[in-house]
Amino acid sequence: MSWIDIGSIEQIPVRGARVVKTKLGCIAVFRTAEDEVFATSDRCPHKDGPLSEGIVHGTSVTCPLHNWVFDLNTGEAQGADEGKIDTYAIRVENGRLMLDAAVMERSAA
Amino acid sequence: MSKKLVVIGAGMASGRVLEHLLEADKEAYDVTLFNAEPRGNYNRIMLSPVLSGEKTYEDIVTHDADWYEENGVTCRFGEHVTQIDRERKVVVGQNGEVAYDKLLIATGSAPFIIPVPGKDLPGVIAYRDLEDTNAMIEASGIEGGKAVVIGGGLLGLEAAAGLKARGMDVTVLHLMGHLMERQLDEAAGYLLRRSLEDKGIEIKCQASTAAILGEDKVEAVMLQDKTVIPADLVVMAVGIRPETRLATDTALEVERGITVSDAMVTSDPDVLAVGECVEHRGQLFGLVAPLYDQAKVVAKTLLDEAAEFEPKEVATKLKVTGCDLFSAGDFAEGPGREDIVFRDPARGVYKRLVLEGDVLVGAVMYGDTADGNWFFGLIKDKTDVSEMRETLIFGPAYQGGDSLDPMAAVAALPLDAEICGCNGVSKGQIVEAIQAGSTDLAAIKATTKASASCGTCTGLVEQVLATTLGDDFVIPAPASICGCTDLTHEDVRRLIKSKELKSQEAVWQELGWKSRNGCHVCRPAINYYLLADWPVEYQDDPQSRFVNERKHANIQKDGTYSVVPRMWGGMTTPNELRAIADAAEKYNVPAVHVTGGQRIDLLGVKGEDLPAIWADLNAAGMISGHAYAKGLRTVKTCVGKEHCRFGTQDSTGLGIKLEEKLWGSWSPHKVKLAVSGCPRNCAEATCKDIGVVCVDSGYQVGVAGAAGMDVKETERLMDCTTEEETIEVATAFMQLYRENAKYLDRPYKWVAKVGLDWVKEQIVEDIENRKALVERFELSQSIYQKDPWAELAQEEEAPKFAPLANLTLEAAE
Repeated sequence: MSWIDIGSIEQIPVRGARVVKTKLGCIAVFRTAEDEVFATSDRCPHKDGPLSEGIVHGTSVTCPLHNWVFDLNTGEAQGADEGKIDTYAIRVENGRLMLDAAVMERSAA
Repeated sequence: MSKKLVVIGAGMASGRVLEHLLEADKEAYDVTLFNAEPRGNYNRIMLSPVLSGEKTYEDIVTHDADWYEENGVTCRFGEHVTQIDRERKVVVGQNGEVAYDKLLIATGSAPFIIPVPGKDLPGVIAYRDLEDTNAMIEASGIEGGKAVVIGGGLLGLEAAAGLKARGMDVTVLHLMGHLMERQLDEAAGYLLRRSLEDKGIEIKCQASTAAILGEDKVEAVMLQDKTVIPADLVVMAVGIRPETRLATDTALEVERGITVSDAMVTSDPDVLAVGECVEHRGQLFGLVAPLYDQAKVVAKTLLDEAAEFEPKEVATKLKVTGCDLFSAGDFAEGPGREDIVFRDPARGVYKRLVLEGDVLVGAVMYGDTADGNWFFGLIKDKTDVSEMRETLIFGPAYQGGDSLDPMAAVAALPLDAEICGCNGVSKGQIVEAIQAGSTDLAAIKATTKASASCGTCTGLVEQVLATTLGDDFVIPAPASICGCTDLTHEDVRRLIKSKELKSQEAVWQELGWKSRNGCHVCRPAINYYLLADWPVEYQDDPQSRFVNERKHANIQKDGTYSVVPRMWGGMTTPNELRAIADAAEKYNVPAVHVTGGQRIDLLGVKGEDLPAIWADLNAAGMISGHAYAKGLRTVKTCVGKEHCRFGTQDSTGLGIKLEEKLWGSWSPHKVKLAVSGCPRNCAEATCKDIGVVCVDSGYQVGVAGAAGMDVKETERLMDCTTEEETIEVATAFMQLYRENAKYLDRPYKWVAKVGLDWVKEQIVEDIENRKALVERFELSQSIYQKDPWAELAQEEEAPKFAPLANLTLEAAE
């Protein structure tokens, strides 16, 4: 698996997110209170809400438009809502955010 | 004839090796013991009590000169070993060589000194040995001396407590988010911090040291954020690393520590190693229990007996008087792991058990550690706890019977057991009250005060009700804020004030939040309550706000934003209109709309354009209209007596003054005002949150109107005679609402709950209180009345509105 350096973890606010533009569409990169990072699709399957603007709590995010809650580990919608967002592999290496380079390959194809 | 054993390092591990060895076979070896410190083996763990003055060095000596003499150990103390020559099998000391048949390396560990400027200044010390301890004791003799301890782990905190006990002002700097993060989870770390703070020790977490300042000796510590903390003494206790230099020089296999086999033998079969300098199966060791296990193995290996070192779970206790904590095993969260948590924040008791399947794998306890060893036993023995799971956390006292349930635990409590720690209410008092007719929670609160303060014992009180009343009692479900807590908004607001909770962490921990950091329902509310009640102490957290208040613009359904500049009292100028028109064209704003609040809305602005459009509007003298805020929105006005033939007062001018006073303040929900120049009420002031209707004799101030989900006319709060009085009354009302309403209650809903009469008592009848409310409002405004657009359009902030990376561009290259 190869990885792309997309920036420093410090560029994401704690309990917040930033967006990475890819040919697949926007990917939201989240940082939790414990400095875990997650990458998911930035679009809520309900009404396309920008998840990167949601409130991050525990390892979940709440969509800012209609409060759907997604588990960042699995991408599954929580509670009564049904839906799933794509998740992407990401890790932190010496403070750098390394995103699964597959997002590039898929876009190039 | 005896073989020759040379031991390098007279610490606790090698000391224990010698004890085992000599006990098993006194004649097996001639022992030579090198130690760089000019003394023999003493109990290093007890340096903390020496520092705090509870013990002396003599109390903690393990092996004195007589012991070494009796056992025929040749001591070369105060002498450094400079080299190990494995070919010739000799150890070279400063005062000459010694030959060996077997060599034991027990060089321990060296303190890790963080590589910052000033680390070598006099007054900067580590905390490893008696010299360090004595240096600290000496430094604490300075009148009003200040100490900074870098590192909030076990050692750092013990140093801090010791120095505090010796009368110094102590600040602990810790890089991580909570103290002792390797042994404690956040909740226990928080309680520990609180009790250390109660002792007068200042704690700064997430504090990264940038430099140690001083000319000839240490004078201060500077943090990354440029905070400067004066210091006469700096103690570095950030960690240790194995002391492996001698082993490396002689080309033994060394990873992080000296690599040893299960028999504690290094890569050379005649060289053994023990203690903090070794690495075994990739693991390093810092606590004494595994070192003693290693020592047993070393002794056996030296006597050619088979033995294997098997690392075991270890438990930690902090030796700070009054801070009772215990941790054992592994308590990290993980898939398949479950927690059992018991909290009593008022008593400062916290217990957390971590289960994996039917086995206890970790335990953290704070405040009441009496059962620690029992839990430690369960962890070590991997006992199946499924049978006792329901009452496990209550400890061994509640085990042993059949089919236990939590109710039985409460039923089993003696009548004098304290249920409510805040108010000192015993189970017996509650039972008495129940028998006297208080048969629900509210009645118990009213008659005994149990659960009427912090509320965390509510569940226990209900269980006492249930066990006393039997089937007659149904535990009610009060409307809590959300699933993260059982407390209501009103409870939380009251507790934030009464318990002086000034941070989110304090709320989560003291009020027993069930989630780690709230959710999208409770966190914005808590953030508001904290900033409203503690404007100076609490720092607003944008990440706890809904997107609109974080982006200072309203998100639209397509993910774009709307931008509304403030137009004071609905007044504008050709210059402002021109700037708005220019901005609309420059940023391709698809829709421009005149709002009901007398201003102009630019709809469809892209998120990343926000800082630029704000900068343009700022340049024309306009600031955020807070059209997105739970805070002051607009003050709508008519043109008043300046222009209108019916106007009685300068309604526009008063509206502008009110807006200038109130803008920028956050409130439980949005607040809209209006000022009409006469009772014809062209500004529609009688359906606003605060509406002023001008009359010939003055100003009629109405409050609690609504024109949204509900439509409601304002209720008259007071008739004022001057503009100043009107502004004062409106401001006091705003502050009363800010301090008391539930988050997301508009003023009309809140007034319906508390009653207009109560509001009048606070503002109209009690003039002193009115002025105090205004003062508190002004204090808050001194911090929060600032244009967020100007702040976020700054060079360092603006890039945060753009994507972190754009991989579509790189792909095209």
